[in-house]
Amino acid sequence: MKSARLLAVALAAATASSSHAQSNAPAAPYAYAQLPDPRQEAEAKALMETLRCLVCQGQSIADSDADMAGDMRSLVRERIAAGERPEAIRAWLVERYGSWVSYKPPVEPVTWPLWAAPAVLLALGLWLARGRFRRKAR
Amino acid sequence: MIAETALAALWLAAALSLLQLLFGIAALRPGGSDVAPAMRPVAVAQAALVGLAFLLLIQLFLRTDLSVALVAANSHSAKPWLYKFAGAWGNHEGSMLLWVTVLAGAGAAVALFERRLPERTLIATLAAQAAIGLGFYAFLLFASNPFDRLFPAPAEGNGLNPLLQDPGLAFHPPTLYFGYVGISIAFSFAVGALVTRDVGPAFARAMRPWVLGAWIFLTLGITAGSYWAYYELGWGGWWFWDPVENASLMPWLAATALLHSVTVLATRDGLRAWTVMLAVVAFSMSMIGTFLVRSGILTSVHSFAVDPQRGAFILVLLVLYIGGALALFGLRVGTVREGSTFEPVSREGALVVNNLLLSAILGIVMVGTLYPLLIEALSGEKLSVGPPYFNSVSGPLALLLVAVMAAGPLLRWRRDRIGAMARRLAVPLGLTALTLAALLVLFPAIGLLPLLGLVLAFGVGAASLAPLWKRNLRRTPLFVWGMVISHLGIAVSLAGMASEAAFTRETLVAAPIGETVSVGPYRVRFDGVEPLAGPNWSAIQARFTARRGDGSPFVLRPQARTFHSPPTETSEAAIATRLDGQLYTVIGKQDEKGRWQLRLWWKPFVTLIWLGGGLVALGGLLALLGRVRRRRAAREDEA
Amino acid sequence: MRKVLLFLPLALFAAVVLAFAFRLYAPGDAIIRSRMVGKPMPDFALKPIVPNHPGLAAADLRRGAPRLVNVFGSWCIPCRVEAPQLEALKARGLPIDAIAIRDTSADVAGFLRDHGDPFQRIGDDPTSRVQIAIGSSGVPETFVVDGKGIIRHQHIGEIRPEDVDGIVAAWEAAR
Repeated sequence: MKSARLLAVALAAATASSSHAQSNAPAAPYAYAQLPDPRQEAEAKALMETLRCLVCQGQSIADSDADMAGDMRSLVRERIAAGERPEAIRAWLVERYGSWVSYKPPVEPVTWPLWAAPAVLLALGLWLARGRFRRKAR
Repeated sequence: MIAETALAALWLAAALSLLQLLFGIAALRPGGSDVAPAMRPVAVAQAALVGLAFLLLIQLFLRTDLSVALVAANSHSAKPWLYKFAGAWGNHEGSMLLWVTVLAGAGAAVALFERRLPERTLIATLAAQAAIGLGFYAFLLFASNPFDRLFPAPAEGNGLNPLLQDPGLAFHPPTLYFGYVGISIAFSFAVGALVTRDVGPAFARAMRPWVLGAWIFLTLGITAGSYWAYYELGWGGWWFWDPVENASLMPWLAATALLHSVTVLATRDGLRAWTVMLAVVAFSMSMIGTFLVRSGILTSVHSFAVDPQRGAFILVLLVLYIGGALALFGLRVGTVREGSTFEPVSREGALVVNNLLLSAILGIVMVGTLYPLLIEALSGEKLSVGPPYFNSVSGPLALLLVAVMAAGPLLRWRRDRIGAMARRLAVPLGLTALTLAALLVLFPAIGLLPLLGLVLAFGVGAASLAPLWKRNLRRTPLFVWGMVISHLGIAVSLAGMASEAAFTRETLVAAPIGETVSVGPYRVRFDGVEPLAGPNWSAIQARFTARRGDGSPFVLRPQARTFHSPPTETSEAAIATRLDGQLYTVIGKQDEKGRWQLRLWWKPFVTLIWLGGGLVALGGLLALLGRVRRRRAAREDEA
Repeated sequence: MRKVLLFLPLALFAAVVLAFAFRLYAPGDAIIRSRMVGKPMPDFALKPIVPNHPGLAAADLRRGAPRLVNVFGSWCIPCRVEAPQLEALKARGLPIDAIAIRDTSADVAGFLRDHGDPFQRIGDDPTSRVQIAIGSSGVPETFVVDGKGIIRHQHIGEIRPEDVDGIVAAWEAAR
């Protein structure tokens, strides 16, 4: 209990800068800069918003100040600029870090219940509600 | 002495809640004793005592009494006044004390003002509220004592997380807690009604204002929290589908469904069991949220530093209260008749669809939030469920819900015809079609969800005003105004969300001083940076001069702050609000070539998101006033 | 049927409580393990970052004998904490290479001077490109790579004195 009391209890750090030391080295080229082609930039941005920062407390790499998130943004932008498809980049990262790195859950047996949930919930709701309605004919 | 006095008050309040519970049980026993009249004063005294303890905690923080462990761990003498004050609930123990204070306050409010509920149900309700209180008092006193002393007292405190050093902290958590914990009244009402088996229109009419009151605060709290995250985190996002945000959204979804089902119960005596279920679910979601935030089983921006013992304690409380209420539901609700059935095309039919969709969204948010936990427990595999899932799955349902919201208020109770409704909806439908055509011509590249959102926002905005059509506005009851304004608020908020998603312009550059960059319709000149010293931080402050076309230029001053205690860097965005949107500017770091990282956004109509939230809450307030006024009038008629 | 249905919420809640309880009992770690363990080192060639150490390329890790690859940064505090353990590993005959993440030549030289220099080769990874390619999510991390260039083991976080034997064993197993 004592150690817990001494911990700085608070809404924990949102910017990784508070919990991780940052280096003096310059940021990666596309960590804080956009691609010149707006279409490619939009593609990169959409992908970055769905990739999870590895050193943060549940933020996407698109809205984190952590150095590592900056490096991942640069990686994504450079690969998009080189013509790679967003889903190929996602797959490449998942191959390294597992599904955790992607905010978009894969569709595979382990996530079937997750993706089926909406349909199941709606069906259950309709089934429950059907008793509330009077028969049409009368 | 202050800490000891406060602790004594807390113990006394706990004892009174036990007394309140025992009185309730005694009064409800067959041939029960006549202690029931004592319950009201006991409930009020309990709230006064815990309120005193909370005020004393604030006093300890204001004085920075470092001999109190909680103050030493979370405050600092050099902190500005406002953050000493609000810092009292910027930590686990203090916020838990606020939680219990609101719980006791809600019980006292019921004891003081509730005159409609049948006496036996009221006794059971107050007993239920006391039972919840008892568990959380125990949690505070045995596992989270805010008044523990520290020997020897340190020379200085650890300080408050800089992200919390914002006026938002003074407003957001208390508002959210008023709603979050205030909804406990609905829970206790439901338990009370299950105990006495008395579920009907009278019960619904008694419960409705309380649900409305808590729902207003929930709406305001979520809206304020979203705006706080938007300007504080410095990347322009306003909703992240973060587990803790979801935990605050779930009670709101349940309370919104409850608000609508309770109307069906009050007006048409239908959905009895369902309404009781929702009342139980709403506060259960609050308690589950409390557990998720404080047990540390989720990683989130918002989590408190954790202790598994505390998690276990709250989990036991969840089992007792939620499990108990659900078991009571299963045992008792079979004896409650389900009430009337409805025609599909009718006001109540639309309200059933509303409940169905809200519950489905609630279920989706819950499944999505808990699924990674479940999978990791079962298979050890780590999974992330985030915006792509929630947006694609709940987005379409939410849009459907909004469409139903447009039609529902125009339907008559009992029975209506589709043709008649279509005639009433002619103008909004026409406007919807017009918006769709205009958007497709002007912005062919817009995404599907934002497009549907914008189209619906216009149609629904118009439809939400339709119930006022051909009505004498001065004689329209206040609660009708409330509904209209709340529904309009949803449309306004939706328009803001869709506009933000579709039209935001972003400029991220490394710029030397003197350079001009453009974002959306603005040209922004980077004039320079200067050092700046705040009360407990130092900062680099940038100066931007922004100009739109030939308009007059104006200055923005974003900061990159470095806090001393604890050492942390934050970015303070500078935001210029215009009628048609916000210019959002952030200054980052300097690079090796002496250029600065600038982040600029132009977000058209983004403010509508929170303005809409405010309208929704305002509508709730009007409805509440309307209900209370009518209730008072009814009472005077009886007298 | 209706009877069963009425207890459905309670059953669902019980399932949720079980999941919560399990999670409290066995708290998940926040550690993201590399999926590259058991796979060949991806191809890379990093330049040297300090004059007295050559850079590091994937080819250097396929020379027949297992090696350690330490992912570190001079700016990272736990990397200082593990320096004595790296020295101990070197003393026990393990060859160690390093990848310096987001670092500068002067900072690395200072780090080696102050905290010891157990490294043979040090590659400069200024934008964590190789770090991401091998699935490392922070510093410090230490990888055991066998003589064919297959990643055999990943140690996450600083190497504490009690971890040394385990790493030696993993290195022995990779022979």
